[in-house]
Amino acid sequence: MAGSDLLRVRDVDVSIAGRVVLRDVNFSIDHGEFTGLIGSNGAGKTTLLRVILGLQDVVSGEVLVHGAPMTRSNNSVGYVPQKVVFEPDLPVRVRDFVALGIDGHRFGLARRAKATNEVVDEMLEAVEATAFATRRIGSLSGGEQQRVLIAHALVSRPELLLLDEPLANLDPGSAQEIIELLHSVVTKQRVALLLSSHEMNPLLPVMDRVIYAANGRVASGTTDEVVRPDVLSALYGHHVDVVRVHGRVLVVAGDHQHDARDVADHPDLVIE
Amino acid sequence: MRWLFEPGLFANGSVRTALVLGALVAVVSAVVGVFTVLRGQSFAGHALTDVATAGGAAASLAVVAPLFGFVGAGVLGAGAMDAIGVQRVKDRDVATGVVLGAATGLSALFLYLITLSTSTTGTTQLILFGSVFSVEPSTVPDAVVLGLLVLVGLTLIRRPLLMSSISPELAAARGIRVRWVGVGFMVMLAVAVGLSAIVIGSILSTALLIGPPASSLKVAGRLSRAFVLASALGVIATWWGVVLAYDSYYWFASRRGLPVSFFVVMLVMVEFVVTNLYARWRYWRVGTAVASPRPTKVEA
Repeated sequence: MAGSDLLRVRDVDVSIAGRVVLRDVNFSIDHGEFTGLIGSNGAGKTTLLRVILGLQDVVSGEVLVHGAPMTRSNNSVGYVPQKVVFEPDLPVRVRDFVALGIDGHRFGLARRAKATNEVVDEMLEAVEATAFATRRIGSLSGGEQQRVLIAHALVSRPELLLLDEPLANLDPGSAQEIIELLHSVVTKQRVALLLSSHEMNPLLPVMDRVIYAANGRVASGTTDEVVRPDVLSALYGHHVDVVRVHGRVLVVAGDHQHDARDVADHPDLVIE
Repeated sequence: MRWLFEPGLFANGSVRTALVLGALVAVVSAVVGVFTVLRGQSFAGHALTDVATAGGAAASLAVVAPLFGFVGAGVLGAGAMDAIGVQRVKDRDVATGVVLGAATGLSALFLYLITLSTSTTGTTQLILFGSVFSVEPSTVPDAVVLGLLVLVGLTLIRRPLLMSSISPELAAARGIRVRWVGVGFMVMLAVAVGLSAIVIGSILSTALLIGPPASSLKVAGRLSRAFVLASALGVIATWWGVVLAYDSYYWFASRRGLPVSFFVVMLVMVEFVVTNLYARWRYWRVGTAVASPRPTKVEA
């Protein structure tokens, strides 16, 4: 039932300044799914997210939301960019910033609606940010800012939330907190998530599906369907091995003379 | 109060004009200035003052009210900067620098032509450093209309403008036309600079535009408070500048008053120093008196 997909990316090709960045990208995301977009730096993850948002023109192909072409003013897709630098003296409190997630795009003289405040309070509660709701956003730690950005993106109740490397720049503990938070939000609000990361392992327990990007191409499916030597070797264009060790998955440059144990002993061979 | 307010101060027509116009311009500059500082466009604001100088000088040559020269040139300059590119921070500096250079060159030409035709430096002095006492009463209604237009316009675009200022990427993802919001703001900035130029002169208008907002952002935790505080600081500086300049006429035996712009700009500077010291004192006090402003997290 392709027509009922929340998001469908069909035959997308993207070139930036004459360089092919994405080739023949196809995948779909269903309601409430937690999808990881995995790939190393330069694999085209951010470009793919920008294509979905309508911020990046495609050479060919299309992005469909509920079967209709995506437009820039589409409210059913929320976005958390990789890096938002909040100046320490930016005079915007956490709750005001979250409220901008509802009315920040609106022109006009009207004051903020009362109902907005209640929705904002609920959202702050959901991301456990109530304790610092009245602080300046620039005074928060990286992990706290990440939660506030998630609240800002979710407060308008999108059906799909795109997150660009939300775990980069976070220590492992904070990253784990964010993953658990996102997982609980997906479950409660039935929001579909597409989360990009160069690190797949922290997401393994919560991911429904994976989209693996390499060389400007992607493979999508369940982890077992995608994270396999044959699929990934085809993506990378050279042989790679998939090593499972201590419940972690390592994608390593393949070399037929070495077995998996040798590779695990040489973590510098890890190319993921 | 006689020692402070010289007799006849408030009965004087040009003083009353100065107080009304000064307050309006201070508020417009403050509100536009808060966004200018937030967006890191102080340099662009300053370049527009040089553009305004050229416009004011051209207006003087063409025998048109200086206000229209200031504002007209400013809007053109804003357009030129956008055409060259103000989207990326680095391009923005380059565009601003190029426009600034060209405008200063034009100013040099126009001001030279003025000295040829009038053989005094009065007009040049007035364009560069202004005097709110010498504003024609007929200019006041035009200034009021322009000022109100900027305030209404800014109120209309405040949320998309704030979003674009916090994060252009986030704003664009939300469907905001970041570029057009930016162009709209640059036009308002140009008008604010033009208005400010008739009060304290084109060169000094940066002072009113950047000083009170920068001071307010040091201490205000919320945007609405920053607007109110910046406006208050701007109005206080202009009003006291007017009072002191009027007073200064009696300070010296020669009976020559000092320039009002000098007082306004000095007061802006004093306000900036005081608010900065206050912000530091508060930071120091909170930093030592309160053990930990955020609840300590226990790592699992």
